[in-house]
Amino acid sequence: MNETATTAVSPASETASSSAAVSVNGLVKRYDLLEAVRGIDFEVWGGEIFGFLGPNGAGKSTTINMLCTLVRPSGGSAQVAGHDVVSERDDVRRNIGLVFQDTTLDGYLTAEQNLRLHAELYGVPRELVGERMRQVMEMVGLWERRASLVNTFSGGMKRRLEIARGLLHSPRVLFLDEPTVGLDPQTRSSIWRYIRELKAREDITIFLTTHYMDEAEYCDRIAIMDQGRIIVLDTPEALKAKVGKDRVQIQTDDDQAAIAALRERFAIEATVAEGAVTFGVPEGEQFVPRLFAELGLPIRSVSVARPSLDDVFMAHTGTTIRDAESGQTDTRRNFARMMSR
Amino acid sequence: MATETTTQRAGEPGPREPGPRVGDQPHELARVRVPTRTARSELRAVKVVWKRELIRFSRDRLRMLTSLMQPFLFLFVLGTGISSIAGAGTHGVNFKTFIYPGVLCMAVMFTAMFSAASIVWDREFGFLREMMVAPVRRSSIVLGKCLGGATVAGFQGLIVIAISPLVAVPYELGLILELLALTLLLAFAITAFGVMFAARINQMQSFMALMQMVIMPMFFISGALFSVASLPRWLGILNRLDPLTYAVDPMRRAIFAHLSVSPAARQALEPGVTWWGWHVPTLLEAGVIGALGLVMLLIAIWEFSSAE
Repeated sequence: MNETATTAVSPASETASSSAAVSVNGLVKRYDLLEAVRGIDFEVWGGEIFGFLGPNGAGKSTTINMLCTLVRPSGGSAQVAGHDVVSERDDVRRNIGLVFQDTTLDGYLTAEQNLRLHAELYGVPRELVGERMRQVMEMVGLWERRASLVNTFSGGMKRRLEIARGLLHSPRVLFLDEPTVGLDPQTRSSIWRYIRELKAREDITIFLTTHYMDEAEYCDRIAIMDQGRIIVLDTPEALKAKVGKDRVQIQTDDDQAAIAALRERFAIEATVAEGAVTFGVPEGEQFVPRLFAELGLPIRSVSVARPSLDDVFMAHTGTTIRDAESGQTDTRRNFARMMSR
Repeated sequence: MATETTTQRAGEPGPREPGPRVGDQPHELARVRVPTRTARSELRAVKVVWKRELIRFSRDRLRMLTSLMQPFLFLFVLGTGISSIAGAGTHGVNFKTFIYPGVLCMAVMFTAMFSAASIVWDREFGFLREMMVAPVRRSSIVLGKCLGGATVAGFQGLIVIAISPLVAVPYELGLILELLALTLLLAFAITAFGVMFAARINQMQSFMALMQMVIMPMFFISGALFSVASLPRWLGILNRLDPLTYAVDPMRRAIFAHLSVSPAARQALEPGVTWWGWHVPTLLEAGVIGALGLVMLLIAIWEFSSAE
């Protein structure tokens, strides 16, 4: 658990502490029946894309809400853009942009009116509003639609407009809570294009949550959160390298017999995950011919995957993120033990 | 103004390595540094929340029409219908003229409550969050909302004032101004009243139910449709407790002051509100409405400020 601090590779290691855009110490949020966040520590460095990865209900949104000053922490402390989220609430708010899971646009106003309203609420100097608005709207490709009512926008357009609005007051940190959830793949990829463009063009730190593993790959660093705790934090590459093994999934007629045979012949512990017999081996592709020759059971199909963030997640939590969301955490624990051996 | 503003534009946009920030690195986008909070920025927030109410109201033509429906029904259908049987008791005064101030108050109340209800909508549709996370005081947002609701309801009142000659209320500048001032005061108080409840209510249905439960009794008890003289004791007490009484009464007094009616009619129809036999003057009545509005505004601000 403590490898977080020691193995993280900083892109700006010598100034890591001074340029922290977000720094969190022992943050806790307790509700009546639930400890949603159970004491987390991490830092987000200036200029990076930092991803919070985990299944729904892991505590990501609660954490982001505490950092955005929307929810008061039950314990611990956090600084965003150099300001304390409890005692300097307004300073934090002035320096952050927010894009929530659910839309917070006024559908009865036009796109431009929504942005102007935001500029007024955030006190953006009047002489700069027009130009800045044009820039952020052009960036998300909505400048032409500025006079349309937001109610006429598709889900993807609304999300893009919210990103533009979140940037209007030039925040130092942009928080995106599940920015691509519920969007079609094409819109998802265009949102990601904006996020990366943004990182290249503006002096901004991007903090986002996602439960899509493939999106986490785009982040400079990711923290995997499960059941209110940060389980591991590192670059996606480093996390994958640590898992080391390839993931092999086979379809058989008799999964239990296949698991037994794998244990007997190869000394491999396999489990059923996502409907297939799943196990990890160091050199997956070279192992497959042996598997066919020696297993002694008919195999209907086989797939070999290089370690992905799914495997990272599985290695640390004993479940895939998809299964974690459907609540099937009970039988998956032994797979984690095997992967991390 | 100690407003720190920098505008920078780049010649050469290009990806930068993540790392320590360099202060004057060129950027393609103009940077805007939001200044720290000042009284002026709070004022801007109040104004923009107010303006949003007006924009939304002006878009909603249907709402403008439907909210005029009820006053017209009361004035012309109920008013005309009752006139024939009430004729004996009104000393020759048009019954429609008599109920006109009450109907004006009702129109304002409904519009103001609907404006307050938009907070519940905003919460349901998420927009409230955009306002709640802004670096401004919650009081600015609540104040903007109440002023917006008051303006919209005042506008609605103005339409009802505009038709006053149809019910034999004369067009006179002094009267119109007095009615308008009372209308705005009432509109503000009712919006604050609605916002106070909207802070605690998450569902539109609940708010609508509450509105029905509150507005109709207030309307009926206020003396909008009857004279407050010689009421049975229980109704007299309720009448004095009803805030709307203190809006209907001065409006009616103002209208009667511009009519030529017999002293007997005035005594029967516009006796004035009394507290233990003492006639409450118009200014104090306006003060009651204003003070109640202010108290409810403060409660609403407190509620929104303490909400997470």
